[in-house]
Amino acid sequence: MIQGLVTIAYIAAAILFILSLAGLSNQETAKRGNIFGIVGMAIALLATIASANIQALIYILIAMLIGSLIGARVAFKVEMTGMPQLVAALHSFVGLAAVLVGYNSFLKLAGHEGEIVSGALLTIELTEIYLGVLIGAVTFTGSIVAFGKLHGIIKSKALSLPGKHWINLSAIVVSFVLMGFFINAGGSMIFLAVMTAISLLLGLHLVASIGGADMPVVISMLNSYSGWATAAAGFMLSNDLLIVTGALVGSSGAILSYIMCRAMNRSFLSVIAGGFGNKSASAAKDEETGEYREMSPEDVAEQLKQSRSVIIAPGYGMAVAQAQYPVADITRKLRDMGINVRFAIHPVAGRLPGHMNVLLAEAKVPYDIVLEMDEINEEFPETDTVLVIGANDTVNPSAKDDPTSPIAGMPVLEVWKAQTVVVFKRSMNAGYAGVPNPLFYKDNTFMCFGDARATIEKILKAM
Amino acid sequence: MRIGIPKECVAGETRVAATPSSVRQLIRLGFDVSIESGAGEKASFTDEAYRAAGAEVSDADITWQSGLIYKLNPPNEEELTKINEGATLVSFLYPAQNPDLVQKLSGMKINALAMDMVPRISRAQSLDALSSMANIGGYRAVVEAAHNFGRFFTGQITAAGKVPPAKVLIIGAGVAGLAAIGTARSLGAIVRAFDTRLEVAEQIESLGGEFLKLNFEGDEDGSTSGGYAKVMSDEFIKAEMALFADQAKEVDIIVTTALIPGKPAPKLITKAMADSMKPGSVIVDMAAATGGNCEYTVSGKLIVTNSGVKVIGYTDLPGRLPTQSSEMYATNLVNLAKLLSKGKDGNINIDFDDVILRNMSVINNGEVTFPPPSISVSVAPAKKETAEAPPAKRKKGTKGLEMGLGAAGILLFTFIGLFSPQEFLAHFTVFVLACVVGYYVVWNVTHSLHTPLMSVTNAISGIIVVGALVQISPDINAITILAFIGILIATINVVGGFTVTQRMLKMFNKE
Repeated sequence: MIQGLVTIAYIAAAILFILSLAGLSNQETAKRGNIFGIVGMAIALLATIASANIQALIYILIAMLIGSLIGARVAFKVEMTGMPQLVAALHSFVGLAAVLVGYNSFLKLAGHEGEIVSGALLTIELTEIYLGVLIGAVTFTGSIVAFGKLHGIIKSKALSLPGKHWINLSAIVVSFVLMGFFINAGGSMIFLAVMTAISLLLGLHLVASIGGADMPVVISMLNSYSGWATAAAGFMLSNDLLIVTGALVGSSGAILSYIMCRAMNRSFLSVIAGGFGNKSASAAKDEETGEYREMSPEDVAEQLKQSRSVIIAPGYGMAVAQAQYPVADITRKLRDMGINVRFAIHPVAGRLPGHMNVLLAEAKVPYDIVLEMDEINEEFPETDTVLVIGANDTVNPSAKDDPTSPIAGMPVLEVWKAQTVVVFKRSMNAGYAGVPNPLFYKDNTFMCFGDARATIEKILKAM
Repeated sequence: MRIGIPKECVAGETRVAATPSSVRQLIRLGFDVSIESGAGEKASFTDEAYRAAGAEVSDADITWQSGLIYKLNPPNEEELTKINEGATLVSFLYPAQNPDLVQKLSGMKINALAMDMVPRISRAQSLDALSSMANIGGYRAVVEAAHNFGRFFTGQITAAGKVPPAKVLIIGAGVAGLAAIGTARSLGAIVRAFDTRLEVAEQIESLGGEFLKLNFEGDEDGSTSGGYAKVMSDEFIKAEMALFADQAKEVDIIVTTALIPGKPAPKLITKAMADSMKPGSVIVDMAAATGGNCEYTVSGKLIVTNSGVKVIGYTDLPGRLPTQSSEMYATNLVNLAKLLSKGKDGNINIDFDDVILRNMSVINNGEVTFPPPSISVSVAPAKKETAEAPPAKRKKGTKGLEMGLGAAGILLFTFIGLFSPQEFLAHFTVFVLACVVGYYVVWNVTHSLHTPLMSVTNAISGIIVVGALVQISPDINAITILAFIGILIATINVVGGFTVTQRMLKMFNKE
């Protein structure tokens, strides 16, 4: 009877999780969606704890108390610029938990606790355990490296070992061969342990060889993995709630990765296989440069005041310089003067999908003037002034005009169609992709050099 | 090196080749500046202002002794004798129109750079004095027209009746034409513009003008790689003249800016057209210096036709804004100084590898270097074929891959179906359906909420805690310890994920 109630509770939780994601379809329902998620989680946990299977309540409470304290503390303290790190860290926890659950399942199986299984059922159970541990381990170390890169502990440049593709490939092949041995042996700790070691290294290497600006894809990919790891744990434990949740999270991450890849016009494999770095060096050479013009912050202030419509195109550089607050102040000031100000967000701006939106929201920019690329690209020709803050590749006209460019075909913000473009940049260096940006040399482009935050504060003062 | 700024001695010249602010910049580039007393007077720059900026104010002889002479008009006989051997002269020279002057200059061991020979490439725009003068001329042409026109430019509805806006036709949308369009627009007039180069339509419209299209078969485009329009076919010209004749009856103001380099200006407004205009209408002919675009034009004069149409043929339009013209010309010269003195040490080097300097050079150390080898400049016309190709390419490769993956998927499903026990298949069904639900739900998530999406999926993937919960037991053993750790970290996920999502969503506010 109790088991039936638990199952019903799980169904309720699964539906609430789905509603939670559905709520995120727009800002108005998003908060309610999150509440649904919390309620669903509470129902699932209560049902599990209350069910007869659970003993050792005291351990559970201790573990959950510590976990809750840490979780809440981190969540309250994290800076919005630090969101990518937090997300990466949370992924690694899911990965680790999946590994632990996998090992436990195996230990229980090997210790013949619970019912004894054999034949096809055993094979399937062993496969589930094996895959769960594999995905979990890759997610775990991969996320740790991603965290390190985003937090600046590890250099964000792509690691390029000789024959890196072969390393990855052979790690996967060896893992699958070991799976054969593992199942044949009816479950053997040695094979499981060796495979775990291999997948931990694979996770390390996989993410280490991907550069900083591809992080949105990596994070989404790890998000997806953490989902599949959860689903695998659900299969091991024959728990449909875990399977449903894992599938939801897995497809969410997969779709985000796809959106990010499409926004860079690159295939998922080419991102995983490592950054732009290698091939672009040759393309960069024969590109002609030109004369660029500078504009002082005071002149930019004047230019803004005389505009009727302004679009701001921010990139990761804005987050690095913490310039979102003065930018928000400028936005408010211009809007008070009756000037139409909007933000144009490229899907891969920032280090996390949707990162720019969160940063601007934190700086109290109303979300209805923050538009995505497809919504706003049409409007550049009618715009007087565009401010490009800390973005480079996402506003590069050669993606559209130059079929030989390494970023050809990547959808970009067509800022150059506006009357005047002001680019805020530290120096004339090329962006992440190492591709020269002809935007800087266009007749209607002006450069405003210096630290974005300092420069924008100067503009604010001049206004 | 010292830069000398002599007073312009052409009658009626109001401009000067340096302003106090340009003097300051030249000094920063390492030059000394000597300016002839009273040089800036007509442009409202006093000797004191120059002195305060760091220039030495002296008499003509000393100024002419400088190693680099900055000037506006070509030098006359008397001035030529004052230039030192080895000095460099920079001014408008019009070498094509003044072979005598080139001849004379070549006899002296000097260098001469012509400001009218700046090539029309984007890098050279900052020293393109013809453009800056044309810009001012275009502005002034409209101001002259407004001054001589008896009505408002802008339409008004007042207690004393309704005033229709003036209609302005601008012929030629080069720098001057575009400046005229912008000025006339900002005075409130209805502006129409015509140009043989189709590429300028966008620029005209961006300034609020209306681009007049010819009623003409075929798609002749007057763009050239030299930045000027080319001479069009007879039929084209016929259609063009018909358009002007039509427009003349309707518009109040005509500003013409059509020039053909090195040739007399084309006659675009015939006497008949001018006569068909309403009395009180104004024609400003900016091509008056090279013969005029209008048959009535008298160079340098304003005349009134018998039918009461005013035809303005002033040739000194930029000079009528002396302060503005001087400022812009002086800035052009500062930019030239930057090009000449790369080291910012006050020494100049006329580097013939630089196409700008090569093109400007008329005399180099006594040798005639005019005409320069031709360079192609404007990039706009050649561009058409490129943009289309890239997107189609990748699709083909992925299509085969997609089909392969699809086939592999079907095989895998069949395999699973054949060999799996019922219990597994039940879970598998749930899994596949959940993936499909996830797919649709997640595609609906708005882009701007992708970060909250990630954190909320982080939180719910903490559901793996359930796995650890069912594994923990009261006995202290490996399983319990692992499960304990599992519960702990998964709880961090659950609590951390939901909390941070809530925090983020609170930030998203509409106004």
